[in-house]
Amino acid sequence: MELYELTIHELHRKLKNREVSSVEATRSMLERIGAVEDRVRSFITVTPEEALKNAEAADRRIAKGKIDVLTGIPVALKDIFLTAGIRTTCASRILENFIPPYDSTAVAKLKEKGIVLVGKLNQDEFAMGSSTESSWFGTTRNPWHPDYIPGGSSGGSASCIAARQATATLGTDTGGSIRQPASHCGCVGLKPTYGRVSRYGVIAYASSLDQVGPVTRDVADCAIMLGAVAGHDPKDSTSVNLPVPDYSAALVHDVKGLKIGLPREYFIEGLDPSVKKAMDEAIATYQGLGAEFMEISLPHTDYAVATYYLIATAEASSNLARYDGVRFGHRNTDARGLLDMYMLSRDEGFGAEVKRRIMLGTYALSSGYYDAYYLKAQKVRTLIMRDFIKAFETVDVILTPVAPTPAFKIGEKFNDPLQMYLSDIFTIPVNLAGTCGISVPAGFSREGLPIGVQLIGKPFGEETILRAAYAFEQNTEWHKRKADM
Amino acid sequence: MKITREQIDHVARLARLELTDAEKEMFTGQMDAILAYVDKLNELDTGGIIPTSHAVPVENVFREDVATESLGTDRALLNAPDRSESFFRVPKVIE
Repeated sequence: MELYELTIHELHRKLKNREVSSVEATRSMLERIGAVEDRVRSFITVTPEEALKNAEAADRRIAKGKIDVLTGIPVALKDIFLTAGIRTTCASRILENFIPPYDSTAVAKLKEKGIVLVGKLNQDEFAMGSSTESSWFGTTRNPWHPDYIPGGSSGGSASCIAARQATATLGTDTGGSIRQPASHCGCVGLKPTYGRVSRYGVIAYASSLDQVGPVTRDVADCAIMLGAVAGHDPKDSTSVNLPVPDYSAALVHDVKGLKIGLPREYFIEGLDPSVKKAMDEAIATYQGLGAEFMEISLPHTDYAVATYYLIATAEASSNLARYDGVRFGHRNTDARGLLDMYMLSRDEGFGAEVKRRIMLGTYALSSGYYDAYYLKAQKVRTLIMRDFIKAFETVDVILTPVAPTPAFKIGEKFNDPLQMYLSDIFTIPVNLAGTCGISVPAGFSREGLPIGVQLIGKPFGEETILRAAYAFEQNTEWHKRKADM
Repeated sequence: MKITREQIDHVARLARLELTDAEKEMFTGQMDAILAYVDKLNELDTGGIIPTSHAVPVENVFREDVATESLGTDRALLNAPDRSESFFRVPKVIE
């Protein structure tokens, strides 16, 4: 097997036993990126020089016997994570030439462990989208079928894993942006509980919802990556000061007696038959392993998308006010005055979806509309959170589809924002409630597109959903199939 | 109509976006559809419900008032579209 095919834990074993060097693994990965990138377009920036430099440093470290499980492992990052000295665009024209002067905390933590950075990944512009079509740098393709979207906004993170262009990746999830592309590309993707991972140096979209998480080839890798980036950070006042458990130790193959809730509101009419089939089979698998199922209700599910698109856009309109052409980013040079410069720089720098969300958020916060839209949405958010608190009084985890359909075709929903927004209906409530969720491969559509199922856990219940995902993975073959490219 | 072309002009100005006529036209229709959709929140009685701004309790975080290393002028100015000495340079504010 080629080195680029290996998981973190497989490659780590070879590095530790000195069967291979990190330089060899990195060269294998860079060759792989070169061979398939024009068909997938996962990357905004590939960093071969940085990668080889990191790999040489990792090999020196390994020679001294100071190996960590991530030392020498080729990793790629969504282009939303600030990387010191390496261009970071957030897939926007407004940051097309932005070189960050510092690292985000998640990146600094991975660097301490000795990862090899192979590049920065495509995404929807400012993480606003569900298809990676809103990127200023072009659309990423689904490695399983080039006519289909990879999902979004962390589409490059998922396509890169499915196309074996990095061993592991990080993404971010504000309304499903890790779990939905992971489902559409046949990867494992975990959105941690709000506050579990520092957001410092992660370009902000909606600050009360954004969270960093891994997209990986299997559940064991997911646990490794989560453990590496989780923890309190004095630079992020919303990061929570709780000890970080050993997530890999949670991967025991046992779900006997685990109480799994099935929310009746998630079995809607628009559910694609292939998604329904994947859910039915997942239920049967868990029943075979001794888990107990019970029907639950999350009564405010139908209001989640509306709530999200008011809260997220309001926060975005405030967060994106910083792009004014003064200190960094694109500036229009023909402007006749300061105000003119702000307005022209922003019009040229932002794409249509970003402008649409800034407009909607500005409207929801504007005088006369604040109570009717923004405050109303915050109150409904309370009701949605209460739904989950109540459900978790009787169940340990909740099993749901990740998205109502498999990946849709490129262009299919791009000009109908409301239809695009509605594709996030099963992932958004988890962000509003601030809890954690994981997507694991659970089937394929007739067109051969992957389908994932979602396990939702209690706040800071990452160990439980990882254990449940691991047991499922070890009893199914879905994660072993590879996109043919 | 939930939103008019005049309101779009007003919101664009608040958001500091110089939109083209075509963009304004498109956003008027799309925002109208989105606002009609979010109106479904009014089906819910939220009287007495406390609004949620963060999913976890967030408190102000204090630290000792001690000087620590900061970014520094040079690094802070690295991405400046225009600069003069140790300042960001912008077009004239006052005519």
